[in-house]
Amino acid sequence: MLRVEQVTKRFGGLTAVDHITLNVGDTGITGLIGPNGSGKTTLFHMITGFYTLDRGRIYFQDRCISGRPPHTISRQGMVRTFQHTRVLPFMTAMDNLLSAAPDQAGERLCSVFFRPGRIRREEEAHRERAKEILEFVHLTPLSHQLAGRLSFGQQKLLEIGRVLMARPRMILLDEPTAGINPTLIRHLVNILRGLTARGIRIFLIEHNMPLVAEICEKVFVMDSGRLIFSGLPAEARQDARVIEAYLGREDRAA
Amino acid sequence: MDYLLHILIVALIYAVFAMSLNLELGYAGLYNFGHVAFFGIGAYTSALLSLAGLPVPLGMACAMVAAGMAGALLCVPALRLTGDFFGIATLVFAEMVRLFFLNERWLTKGPMGLPGIPRPSWVGTGIAAMPMFLVLCLLLTVSVFLLVRWVAVSPFGRALKVVREDEYVAQALGKNVFSLKTRAVVAGSVLAGLAGSLWAHYITYISPGDFTLNETILVLLCVVLGGKGTNWGPVLGAFAVVFFQEALRFLPIPADLGRLIAPLQGMVYGLALILIMLQRPEGVISEYRRSRVC
Ligand SMILES: Nc1ncnc2c1ncn2[C@@H]1O[C@H](COP(=O)(O)OP(=O)(O)O)[C@@H](O)[C@H]1O
Ligand SMILES: [Mg+2]
Repeated sequence: MLRVEQVTKRFGGLTAVDHITLNVGDTGITGLIGPNGSGKTTLFHMITGFYTLDRGRIYFQDRCISGRPPHTISRQGMVRTFQHTRVLPFMTAMDNLLSAAPDQAGERLCSVFFRPGRIRREEEAHRERAKEILEFVHLTPLSHQLAGRLSFGQQKLLEIGRVLMARPRMILLDEPTAGINPTLIRHLVNILRGLTARGIRIFLIEHNMPLVAEICEKVFVMDSGRLIFSGLPAEARQDARVIEAYLGREDRAA
Repeated sequence: MDYLLHILIVALIYAVFAMSLNLELGYAGLYNFGHVAFFGIGAYTSALLSLAGLPVPLGMACAMVAAGMAGALLCVPALRLTGDFFGIATLVFAEMVRLFFLNERWLTKGPMGLPGIPRPSWVGTGIAAMPMFLVLCLLLTVSVFLLVRWVAVSPFGRALKVVREDEYVAQALGKNVFSLKTRAVVAGSVLAGLAGSLWAHYITYISPGDFTLNETILVLLCVVLGGKGTNWGPVLGAFAVVFFQEALRFLPIPADLGRLIAPLQGMVYGLALILIMLQRPEGVISEYRRSRVC
């Protein structure tokens, strides 16, 4: 589904991502782990078009997407969240979801004026779907609340809901469980499982190793910009290089 | 009576002008500091064409087209810049447009300005035309109000807000940020062109001095004071600012101080703008007033 080939990103003298090649096949949930600063977020930025590549190519569903702007990549069905939660603070939870609906005729000005009936029907359908998603992430009572006033955990859920609204084929989650409590983590895991059941592929950056072992079918490990392991989570925990990367330095991942 | 009509007409024209800026500032979050350029382009286009003998309504339509095209032209370079730099680019653009009005004498008569701009034939001429001109302004203002509200509640208006809130999120959700911003600026420019052409046909005399940074600040004040991102805010702001400005004339100010008033006024408006942005950025009517837990 997603193939990354020989991808490199430099910031001045620092090579944040160094000749990474990886293949996220048709796996349900794939994990990307590695110590802080190992280049995981940078790699996500490159996959989703937010950073340009210094080298290499990226394929999504066998189409080359490197060099495309973020919005076209998103429209092809690869939608991401951000490491630091980014809801639309001054819009309601409902509007946060509605604005994520894909390919809205109502975003074209001519349709706004000349095809009001079609837009009304489309909006009704989106609203129904948004309600289902709010139900799914347990935010129904807060649908008219401004997103900026939701708690941190609720914002995380809203962000996942918003990604769903975009009808993705694959979602990229950058540390979805960072800073949320264990109950919410369970809730999130259920949500993610529900998504894979619907055929959505998930690629996520995660620091919580037991969680990775629990939910990921496959895992990639990065260290200092390089890929040092790919395979089953259980094997990763026994791999000498992975252990060294995590234990052999001060800045152990939290 | 005529004076009241005059104030109402000016307020309505400013309401249209403010609503056009609100599309960019309130919805798309674009700080356009050169909005007066499109007002000016509308005014000059309409004035020149009707002076050349074209019917006034046709001149007004052309004014809107010309202003819209100028808006698109500005977007190509300016929207590649972000945040503050966009503001600076628009400021420079407005200055360039003003210098064009000032220096291209073959077209604009330069600093002499364009006198004798005709009014639409059916409203009449001179003082007698005022009531009908008010009706014309009222009709256009109401139409623009309904139009802007229609756009604002549409998915297009919502997408503009997404861009305003967070450009990265907008991109991650598949929105073409450049295209959305361009459409907002073009729509805003078209309506500013309409306001400008109304102004030209009402005042019947325009010169480059009418289209300076002062006017941009005034219209920014209308939008920010009234409440950006709301439907009624810019209208309310326009009436408040225009009435305040006219009320100043009745203050018993000694004649030799009069000379100081004009530049002082500009300063006061600028200061008011800064104070509102610091103290109550949402203006009198808040966009978020209806959101609560339920
Ligand atoms: N925009 C940037 N400019 C300069 N350096 C950056 C930038 N983004 C990331 N880096 C650097 O690249 C390295 C990898 O960062 P990042 O991808 O955020 O790591 P991770 O997500 O694995 O913690 C870090 O050393 C970071 O400081
Ligand atoms: Mg990171």
